[in-house]
Amino acid sequence: MSERLIIDGNEAAADVAFRLSELCSIYPITPSSTMAELADEWSAHGRPNVWGQVPTVIQLQSEGGAAGTMHGALQGGALSTTFTASQGLLLMIPNMYKIAGELTSTVFHVAARSLATQGLSIFGDHQDVMAVRQTGFCLLNSASVQEAHDMAAVAHLATLRTRLPFVHFFDGFRTSHELNTMHRLSDDQLRELVPRELVLEHRARALSPANPFIRGTAQNPDTYFQSRETVNSFYDRVPALLQDVFDEFAAISGRTYSAVEYHGDPLAERVLVVMGSGIETIVPVVEHLNATADARTGVLFIRLYRPFPVESLLAALPASANRIAVLDRTKEPGSGGEPLFLDVTSALGEAYASGRRATMPHVSGGRYGLSSKEFTPAMVKAIVDELARPVPKPRFTVGINDDVTHLSLDVDASFDLNDPETLRAVFYGLGSDGTVGANKNTIKILGSGEDMFAQGYFVYDSKKSGSRTVSHLRFGPNPIRAPYLVNKANFIGCHHWSILEQVDILELAQPGTTLLLNSPHAPEELWGQLPRPVQDRIIELGIDLYCIDASAVARAAGLGSRTNTILQTCFFAISGVLPRDVAIEKVKTSITKTYARKSMEIVRKNHEAVDASLSHLHRVEVPATATSSKLLANPVPASAPEFVRTVTATMMSGHGDDLPVSALPVDGTYPSGTTQYEKRNVSEIVAVWDPEACIQCGNCSFVCPHSVLRAKHYPTARLEDAPEGFLSAPLNSAGLPDSRYTLQVYVEDCTGCGLCVEACPVKPIGQPSRRAINLEPVVEREKEKAAVTYFEELPQNNRARLDFGTVRGTQYLQPLFEFSGACAGCGETPYLKLLSQLFGDRTTVANATGCSSIYGGNLPTTPWAKNAAGRGPAWSNSLFEDNAEFGLGLRLAADLHEDLARARLQELRTEIGDDELVDALLAAPQRHESDLLLQSERVKLLLEKLEGVPGHRATDLRSVADHLLRRSVWIVGGDGWAYDIGSSGVDHVLASGRNVNILVLDTEVYSNTGGQSSKSTPLGAVAKFATAGKQTNKKDMAMQAMAYGSVYVARVAMGADPQQTLKAFREAEAFDGPSLIIAYSHCIAHGYDIRKGLEQQYKAVHSGHWPLMRYNPVIREAGGNPFLLDSPRPRLTLREYQDRELRYKVLRAANPEEADRLVGLAQAAVNRRWGEYEELAMRGAEHFAADTRSQ
Amino acid sequence: MDLTTNYMGLRLRNPLVASAGPLSQTVNGVRALADAGVGAVVMYSLFEEQMRREAEKMAELEEAHEDSFPEALSYFPNVPYSSDGTAVTSYLRLVESAADAIDVPLIASLNGATLGGWVKNASRLADAGASAIELNIYLVPGDVTVTGSEVEHRHIEILQAVRESVSVPVAVKMSPYFSSVGNMCVALDHAGADGLVLFNRFLQPDIDIDRLEVTPGVTLSSRDDARLPRTWIAVLRGKVKASLAASSGVETPSDVVKYLLAGADIVMTTSSLVRHGAPHAGKLLEGLEAWLTRKELTLERARGMLAVPRDADPAGYARTGYVSALEKAKSTYGALR
Repeated sequence: MSERLIIDGNEAAADVAFRLSELCSIYPITPSSTMAELADEWSAHGRPNVWGQVPTVIQLQSEGGAAGTMHGALQGGALSTTFTASQGLLLMIPNMYKIAGELTSTVFHVAARSLATQGLSIFGDHQDVMAVRQTGFCLLNSASVQEAHDMAAVAHLATLRTRLPFVHFFDGFRTSHELNTMHRLSDDQLRELVPRELVLEHRARALSPANPFIRGTAQNPDTYFQSRETVNSFYDRVPALLQDVFDEFAAISGRTYSAVEYHGDPLAERVLVVMGSGIETIVPVVEHLNATADARTGVLFIRLYRPFPVESLLAALPASANRIAVLDRTKEPGSGGEPLFLDVTSALGEAYASGRRATMPHVSGGRYGLSSKEFTPAMVKAIVDELARPVPKPRFTVGINDDVTHLSLDVDASFDLNDPETLRAVFYGLGSDGTVGANKNTIKILGSGEDMFAQGYFVYDSKKSGSRTVSHLRFGPNPIRAPYLVNKANFIGCHHWSILEQVDILELAQPGTTLLLNSPHAPEELWGQLPRPVQDRIIELGIDLYCIDASAVARAAGLGSRTNTILQTCFFAISGVLPRDVAIEKVKTSITKTYARKSMEIVRKNHEAVDASLSHLHRVEVPATATSSKLLANPVPASAPEFVRTVTATMMSGHGDDLPVSALPVDGTYPSGTTQYEKRNVSEIVAVWDPEACIQCGNCSFVCPHSVLRAKHYPTARLEDAPEGFLSAPLNSAGLPDSRYTLQVYVEDCTGCGLCVEACPVKPIGQPSRRAINLEPVVEREKEKAAVTYFEELPQNNRARLDFGTVRGTQYLQPLFEFSGACAGCGETPYLKLLSQLFGDRTTVANATGCSSIYGGNLPTTPWAKNAAGRGPAWSNSLFEDNAEFGLGLRLAADLHEDLARARLQELRTEIGDDELVDALLAAPQRHESDLLLQSERVKLLLEKLEGVPGHRATDLRSVADHLLRRSVWIVGGDGWAYDIGSSGVDHVLASGRNVNILVLDTEVYSNTGGQSSKSTPLGAVAKFATAGKQTNKKDMAMQAMAYGSVYVARVAMGADPQQTLKAFREAEAFDGPSLIIAYSHCIAHGYDIRKGLEQQYKAVHSGHWPLMRYNPVIREAGGNPFLLDSPRPRLTLREYQDRELRYKVLRAANPEEADRLVGLAQAAVNRRWGEYEELAMRGAEHFAADTRSQ
Repeated sequence: MDLTTNYMGLRLRNPLVASAGPLSQTVNGVRALADAGVGAVVMYSLFEEQMRREAEKMAELEEAHEDSFPEALSYFPNVPYSSDGTAVTSYLRLVESAADAIDVPLIASLNGATLGGWVKNASRLADAGASAIELNIYLVPGDVTVTGSEVEHRHIEILQAVRESVSVPVAVKMSPYFSSVGNMCVALDHAGADGLVLFNRFLQPDIDIDRLEVTPGVTLSSRDDARLPRTWIAVLRGKVKASLAASSGVETPSDVVKYLLAGADIVMTTSSLVRHGAPHAGKLLEGLEAWLTRKELTLERARGMLAVPRDADPAGYARTGYVSALEKAKSTYGALR
């Protein structure tokens, strides 16, 4: 009997891949990262492959690197595998040609994902795998968690049998992240499946000096072509050899598969063709329609896509089929059809032409499911119905509303195929409450019995703070084949009251659904607190209503905001899926299993919470009539621009699926500054300003990651019409008598992170635990909103009259990066906000993929904003790996257009008729803000004067006139980009001598994908892919960049020295050449309460881990020492800095000797480097590289 | 001169012991104390509560951001580590290395909160090489709901549990705030304590009147602090089987001598060593030897010389002490009203 497990598709695939490999060379990319992480963990824990050896797992700097390493390892004879997706797979393409061309056995496991086109998407479709169909790799796909496991085994055997490399793919997220019941192949089964001889043959083909040969020659016109044709027979043999493998697999596992599988009526007339998880949706619909409507339909599942199994397809397709719809989960603009469609069509056409098929069926090509778009039974029915029409659409889409090219099919959403024996449950939670984790446990509890099957799929929003999660769970006595979200729920849990007020949580309810609310209101008061639409639906559907104040139970048990086990217990108690006592015992056992290893205290608290849950659970009597007048909250204010009110608001309310094609921009261009309309109210506690204690230093607003603290000063008289509760204080700076100062808190946007409180230097007398800004519960939200509105109406202080050189002065600059969805207390965003305040109105930003591109550019709302004049940062994200080059391109374009503008200006001198203006425009210094202001006035004047001037020169000048204002190009990204995947680009751009500003938001790990090690990860820190603690030193990028002599370099840490940060940003921007700022960014991936982030920054600097420095080539050219060491000699040990952070503590708890060894080495490195820096700081100018551009 | 001393069955080269404190936080610190000549070293305390809190905190931090964002379902690799966090492992390693590094007994000090934690950690400390265990039963003051008898019962319970789980000697470091300290000592003695350490110092917070803040009250002991333990040692000498250790207020050799005269088996000090450095231990010992020589006494003869005689009425003795104290004060400061 094989082991029955509930795992996700990633684990299912990786579990086999790891055990059948010697090497995994990897690079993290969503949604495949989990496979690589598991492999790394297993390797670190000494788990062997089926031949008894522990596989090596190595992380590379990019997928290109992973593929190259793999190619080498394969040529060295090792069994090698990798895990990837999307752009990662694309980066492997050059090597894939090589690997296939040399007939090399390997398997790439791909969690198939969308490609970045008009926008990036992390979700699933087949665009990536379709982009490698031409490489010579065989493509094999799986439709479910079980298949991801089974096809992994099949692929690893088939690659050795056929000598051809395989891509094994399954649907990203839908399969990779779905939990489902599956049977695991044992080591014995795998060993039996993969004969040792095949491994030895693979090894024997390796490069060896004992038997030298060369592979990888350069070939000429005489033989390249013929050589290319030598491989044909290997491909021809694949279907037969693969069938052998399937047969052997069936003998071992009892599960049968084929290259092409047909389901449905043997005499079907209408047939669908599909790959991936869609088959699981289609089969039950086909069976249902055949049984109930004599529909005569069927479906072909193309399991092997390359080499395309023409013979199997022809054999499997009923001769009766006369209407075929081929479904592609991809898009090839401009093509005659999507790839699977073209393959099927050509197979049928050839068969018909050669007389092998008597008829040529009608074939429609349809697109579905891009970026994990839902693919439901109702959509399948729509396709089947379309095929029955007299003239089916030759090309169609399904699942969207295409009101432009009218390709989409109408779908009758009421069609449903829910198994009545399956319980369907939906839970709405917040990321921080543990709902998803508890649901994963629930699935494991329920699915662990032999008589129960379970499925779980989780939907997250794209915010990193206050993110909403929706868990979709199914349980029942029958296997669950439903790779789509629950559409009718028997049970709905709403784990936060605020969700209930914002989204329609009863959208998926049906008559008699059970609803469990986590409610702060007592059972007898609850009804009156519900919004009207919720009351109406409860009455209409006869909903069984329960409530519990789980937050209070959690607080009483010392669990903080973790309400998960309490609500889980209530679910079991109400739903009756298991007898109460059994369920509670199982919940407790599961808690013990999860936490015993880590903390018995947590076990105890959770057990107490479970026991306390049931006595606080209440059934609510539902009155016969609705009484409430409250409506669901409007997602955006009525004052928002139309696009925001229509398109953005629809996305925000969770109905983006309903937006038609016509509503969306054609080229991925979206309006700036839309986060201001999304008032998320994610925190119950917010910053509250104390005007009396405040010294108006600006420290709090400087560090605020969410731009919710804004300062203005204004004449006292302005206060006359201020609303009640609007706070102000006398302005405490000289030269502006009779002025008031207000530090406005944008309460609806505040995340309650507390960085402001930590940054505040003031302790009001007698209140040592308070500051001039404190966190307090929001009391009167409406009053606060009125204050914000009033504050916004106050004029922005004149930039030209502010002191940019001090932190105090910067607080009056309007942030043009605001209210992002970054983590509460993010260490990166304050730097971006500063950038936007200082240079925002003349900046273009190139943003590498990563955290900053997600909180910076993830729909529905984005934080890069514009000022009252309509100017602001123009932002774009190209890719992960190319960002420095992308930014350089922006610079070159700007330089070209500046040159053009200057040339045209000279040429049009007479027509403009204002020599003074022309001369000033050409010679303006543009150093200080006042210069820039004057120049922008001149540009305005120029454009006025150009009005009516005829000729192409004037047209030219008008189009590029804005370039006469010095443009600031910023290249922004994290350490994963700058140190690893984009390292060579960064290096090249720094060497270019061009005027770009590179800002590295250094969190010392890949933050966005979940804390994988980068070359910035410090020695001794634990990260994913550095489970045993990072074994090598962090790269010193600053020293590398300094070597050029022509690069301005700064290492900054806002929490340690905000003034130095400010200075560095301004110097970097002013420097006419490449600049590099490496900014310490505290991060949740470091493992501590990041409210203490600033303190950690301070310790990082004062322990010498992060010495502050600047290197300014301008000073060297003036004869001075360009190396400025800005932090004092370390006075803390490295351990004093590290001790708070989990990334170091984990190693100390697991392996204290190793932790000691590594911290010892790291301390020695710190000491040595500090010595070097001190020495540099004392050298003469002549000892540094010259800026050769100025020589 | 022979200063060898028996403390709970351990043979010490002299009666001066470095008590739990900051100097014993590193192997080098422990070695320095031994080099300075002390008879034994008590390690700084391992706080069980702190360690449980740390483990809980680590687990909380690990899962704080899990399952919230589709690209990052977790932020840390799955690393198997002890549920005690880093505190216990560090402490055990220190005990192990320190015990190796010195040739005098090393006594581990445990400050616990739960019965299970006491027992588990005491045996781990013994396994790691501690020659004895000192239980620092320090119940958090300020809880007005706990009765005196509950506190007493808790002490006995913890002691018995630990006593049964380890074979090395076990001492109890106790607080002076029992309504009947002497009776409590006897009860602990009966329950199996091999040593009684008098007393634990109750760290009382202070108030900063300028900053209007409550400040933590960690202060070094002063000479007068020795009077209370000395009185009780004098009373208990001969009335309990357990060894008696004096702690608090040792600054000069004469303080050591006074404790010995009152009946202490050993004399502990931390404050003077923190003030003057580990080598100060050597000076205290030299002073002790000089005094013994001057008085032509052996250590054995001097020890307990001024203890309350076994057959004396303890109340009467204490009363006598009180009366003489008043007499002394009168002669020093003039008549009291």
